[in-house]
Amino acid sequence: MRDAEFFGRWMAAVAVSVEREADRLTELDSPIGDADHGSNLLRGFLAVRAALDAGVPPSPGAVLQLAGRTLIGAVGGASGPLYGTLLRRTGKELGDAPEVSDDALRKALYAGVGAVAQLGGAAPGDKTMLDALVPGVAALSTSYRAAAEAALNGALATVPLQARKGRASYLGERSIGHQDPGATSAALLLGALADTADSADAAAPAEDGE
Amino acid sequence: MRMLINSPETVVADALRGMAAAHPELDVDVERRIVVRRDVRGGGRVGVVSGGGSGHEPLHAGFVGYGMLSAACPGEVFTSPVPDQMLRAATAVDSGQGVLFILKNYTGDVLNFEMAAELADEDGIRIERVLVNDDVAVTDSLHTAGRRGTGATLFVEKIAGAAAEEGAPLDRVAALARRVNAASRSFGVALGPCTTPAKGSPTFDLPEGELELGIGIHGEPGRERRPMMTAREIAEVAVGAVLQELDEVGPADGPVLALVNGMGATPLLELYGFHAEVARVLAERGVPVARALVGNYVTALDMAGCSVTLCRADDELLRLWDAPVQTTALRWGR
Repeated sequence: MRDAEFFGRWMAAVAVSVEREADRLTELDSPIGDADHGSNLLRGFLAVRAALDAGVPPSPGAVLQLAGRTLIGAVGGASGPLYGTLLRRTGKELGDAPEVSDDALRKALYAGVGAVAQLGGAAPGDKTMLDALVPGVAALSTSYRAAAEAALNGALATVPLQARKGRASYLGERSIGHQDPGATSAALLLGALADTADSADAAAPAEDGE
Repeated sequence: MRMLINSPETVVADALRGMAAAHPELDVDVERRIVVRRDVRGGGRVGVVSGGGSGHEPLHAGFVGYGMLSAACPGEVFTSPVPDQMLRAATAVDSGQGVLFILKNYTGDVLNFEMAAELADEDGIRIERVLVNDDVAVTDSLHTAGRRGTGATLFVEKIAGAAAEEGAPLDRVAALARRVNAASRSFGVALGPCTTPAKGSPTFDLPEGELELGIGIHGEPGRERRPMMTAREIAEVAVGAVLQELDEVGPADGPVLALVNGMGATPLLELYGFHAEVARVLAERGVPVARALVGNYVTALDMAGCSVTLCRADDELLRLWDAPVQTTALRWGR
């Protein structure tokens, strides 16, 4: 079972990886976007970290909803509403239980990714964050590490795609040959989840179930 | 990177502080990032609010004032504002007559304004939204995010603002704004990329002797790269592309409003020279130019290049275009 503290550490781990990768995300966003994905996400997750530093809410669902609301209020652009919706919807699905199972988190993330697809009107293959999120969440039934790897592979697989959503879609065929920055940051999110789970499970090897 | 800034993180707030210092007639909330007409409160008129990323100055804050916008919310550079900003702007200017949100068709702007409209609705503020999508360089299909909003934003904001100033009700201001958008088309050309403060280097490489056709306003490359052309040749391509689509929306020989818009780093000497070619092409095709505007209005930081926007204008649109306006960047008749 995962408690609110686990979710707080997950969000902090996302902030750390976004901090580390911000320049690369912005670099990926230059040839096909408008060169701000890294700086925007960094601003958002630093705000999330600050919000959680002020006090971790009592339940996993509340942690994700706070993070989602904070992203919507701090980021702007498309990534604010899309990442904000992903976390808020996932948090809402988790409800207010003080602890949630890995299976409940898997189902909640599935709903969160569905909300992102609906909000952005995108589908896998459109060269967006969904190209990492959809295979990532599908692989959650195996393990968090498998999910992280599937998401990363999904991000790498956006290189030959032609963008059909977001600003890169304006480039038409010229978007081909570039890795999608949104899919790349989505892979960071699931990578941070796997890292957080690894360190939690190493600390508590007696955890039953999965 | 050689930029006249303190830091990439503070660039928008610093610009707003400067705007506040230079223009006491504007109410500039630096922290919350909204710029409001000081004389708008209690005006009993429809509020006209626009917003979008920073980096397009004078759009949008430069168009706040008598006869145009009631308020503007600037986002981070090339990033849409957040719903809270838009809601605060709407709350600041609503006098019970409702508020028109004018937004450009970009995924982020659409999503954030959508959320803001929902929040405003919950607060009992009537909201209408108008989406500007005038860029002919983008195919409006299921397989794109739809046509971009570019130069026509200026036409929409001016004419909607004039109607609101006259006391027109919300649905009429919104209908006029939609009519202007439907009657407008744009095409942009870049002679060089721009440098965003966050990245600090040009957003794309454009070798000497080449240009990008069909650009937007975010420093992104265009649809096509070609060897450098003369102003005359560029005008042929740009005006041709705009007219081809415009002919579907109005009488082919009807008068137009014409905007030759600089992207930020192209001098007026070149823009006027380019306008001479635009005017020539239009004359050759029998399109009368009712009003023309040349200058830097919808920019992309320090991008070199320009765009052409044409709007098929009837008597009513022309009258509203001519109506007095007093903003920091657009001013006539008053």
